[in-house]
Amino acid sequence: MSKKEWPLWEVFIRGQHGLNHRHVGSLHAPDAEMAINHARDVYTRRREGVSIWVVPSRDITASSPSEKGPLFDPAESKTYRHPTFFDIPDEVGKM
Amino acid sequence: MYAQLVKSEGLKSREEMSPQEQAFQDRVDNGEKIEPKDWMPEGYRKTLVRQIGQHAHSEIVGQLPEGNWITRAPTLERKAILLAKVQDEAGHGLYLYSAAETLGVSRDELLDKLHSGKMKYSSIFNYPTLNWADIGAVGWLVDGAAIMNQVPLQRTSYGPYSRAMIRICKEESFHQRQGYAIMMKMAQGTPEQKDMAQDALNRFWFPSLMMFGPSDKDSVHSAQSMAWKIKINTNDELRQKFVNETVPQAKYLGLTVPDEKLEWNEEKQGYDFSEPDWSEFFEVIKGNGPCNRERMDARVKAWEDGEWFRDGLNAYADKAANRRKAASVAAE
Amino acid sequence: MPEVETTADVVANDPIMTDAALRPAFFEWLCRLGDNTLILGHRTSEWCGHGPVLEEDIALANTALDLIGHTQMWLGLAGELEGEGRDADTLAYLRDVMKFRNILLVELPKGDMAVTMMREFLFDAYHHLLLTWLSSNSSSPRVAEIAAKALKEVSYHLDRASDIVVRLGDGTAESHRRMQDALELLWPYTGEMFKADEVDERLSDAGVAPDLAHLRGAWESNARDILEEATLTMPDPAGYAHLGGKQGRHTEHLGFILAEMQFLQRAYPGASW
Repeated sequence: MSKKEWPLWEVFIRGQHGLNHRHVGSLHAPDAEMAINHARDVYTRRREGVSIWVVPSRDITASSPSEKGPLFDPAESKTYRHPTFFDIPDEVGKM
Repeated sequence: MYAQLVKSEGLKSREEMSPQEQAFQDRVDNGEKIEPKDWMPEGYRKTLVRQIGQHAHSEIVGQLPEGNWITRAPTLERKAILLAKVQDEAGHGLYLYSAAETLGVSRDELLDKLHSGKMKYSSIFNYPTLNWADIGAVGWLVDGAAIMNQVPLQRTSYGPYSRAMIRICKEESFHQRQGYAIMMKMAQGTPEQKDMAQDALNRFWFPSLMMFGPSDKDSVHSAQSMAWKIKINTNDELRQKFVNETVPQAKYLGLTVPDEKLEWNEEKQGYDFSEPDWSEFFEVIKGNGPCNRERMDARVKAWEDGEWFRDGLNAYADKAANRRKAASVAAE
Repeated sequence: MPEVETTADVVANDPIMTDAALRPAFFEWLCRLGDNTLILGHRTSEWCGHGPVLEEDIALANTALDLIGHTQMWLGLAGELEGEGRDADTLAYLRDVMKFRNILLVELPKGDMAVTMMREFLFDAYHHLLLTWLSSNSSSPRVAEIAAKALKEVSYHLDRASDIVVRLGDGTAESHRRMQDALELLWPYTGEMFKADEVDERLSDAGVAPDLAHLRGAWESNARDILEEATLTMPDPAGYAHLGGKQGRHTEHLGFILAEMQFLQRAYPGASW
């Protein structure tokens, strides 16, 4: 085994102009510049991207699964944030 | 399959489960995906590491028998297609190792276990590729068998594994077709080419059937894995499906499946066929297949020869980081 | 395989291709381009499944795939120009050693990753200059078109190879030593890239190809910069140069490459694959 493993990176790719970068997977690389090259070689072999982000996996802070209830349930009751909550008469036209 | 004889845990009944385990099982039963930071039974984690690890190992060892023919491919186009395909296998290995890494094991640790023989890879890759039609047969039969298993695994309960399988299935869709395309050329070619095609089918038929693992009645680990949705179909189900789909394809090629007992069974709406020689299967798993030694030697050599390369790039990255740090300190 | 165009199409697309007096030299010259990418692609593809780390295995295969693609274009054009019904595959698989026109550098064994990446860098730096010139200056539109397609890929090859040369040169003591050894092994084979013969001169006179001697300065200065950053010692540019590949006098290695590469086409003549 090598003395030190190449760090793990998370790869985000913008598939088309105008879209968000999306997480596509991970890879190993000694540093950020090489991680970009590796991401190009590994994750865009079928023209999947126009832009790449790489982030060291260890720098990602994730929400805790046990907090899922308090974090996300409150949004469920706020149905008035959605347009379908409001009845507008058809005569008014498109809104 | 790419993961055969994965040791799983004994099946627990609902009464034997702790409340946490029950809640976990409910999530799996409801079709929810389990994500890396979620609580999971230790057995689930261990079984997944073994299965995903073995699957990943199979991908990279699987590069070798086909890689064999990259430098002998008969046309520039065939060479490019084969190289792209074998490169995909490396990519699939990479995706799967990444999925395993979310379970708290590093890729280097998994590779170390492969190299030391503590972890296995699929028995199929211990068979040699002896003529060009073998490249067709591997794509047609071996990838065909793999796809049988991988398509349902897209629905597996573990999120990262499921996502890796989705990506792999998407990329793999051309592999089986390119294999069959080679077989068509060979089967419709000169008499020598047709002989090669038949020879390849003769040698790869039973090893392909072995890929699904031993019969369900002898497969002790299936029940818990199926309850956890790590395994979706039984070995026999998949094997039967494979035979049903492959036999007509062989007929189209004008090739003979090397099984005298092969016969359509109207009642079960499927073919009856001979079991592979399971004693051969267990010998191959134990290390006595025709190419076990070559495959392991090649992987170990690649890894050991690459050590200075990996270390050199690490050392440069450290130096560059230090230089950047020194430069920013000096600038302050 | 692209369909072979009729002579009329070729004339319409590229008048320089109808210059009968130029044709033999032009054909030779196209084979040089195509054989370089064919043989280097072949050597690079040998790494598939044996790379030092998965990411690198995949990257090397990408490079090899690009080079095979270039080969199809260059040898395809050579066959078209010749007009005797040979396509890229016929040229790749049915010529013997003395008909191959690649430089010696690309046929040397792949060695370790130091040799592989150093060779790629030394060749890419030349290849990049050549394609840049061809894509914007060649009097042959067909040549310029292929060069422009290949240039994008070769720009990436050069960036990647330069980066790795710098990193390994300035990495550990061992990676430094291996890179220096590789440089010294390969250096005497770089002179051939710039050594023009009658074929090169004829193509240069016709405006199809650059004056090779003019590329040399830019190549040397690029190599010097990268090697310096890599903390490697550049050998004497005026040192001994192994020549002959472009004229068909090869090392012993090429015969073995062809024995392997051409096996099926030779063993089963006329079969379709």
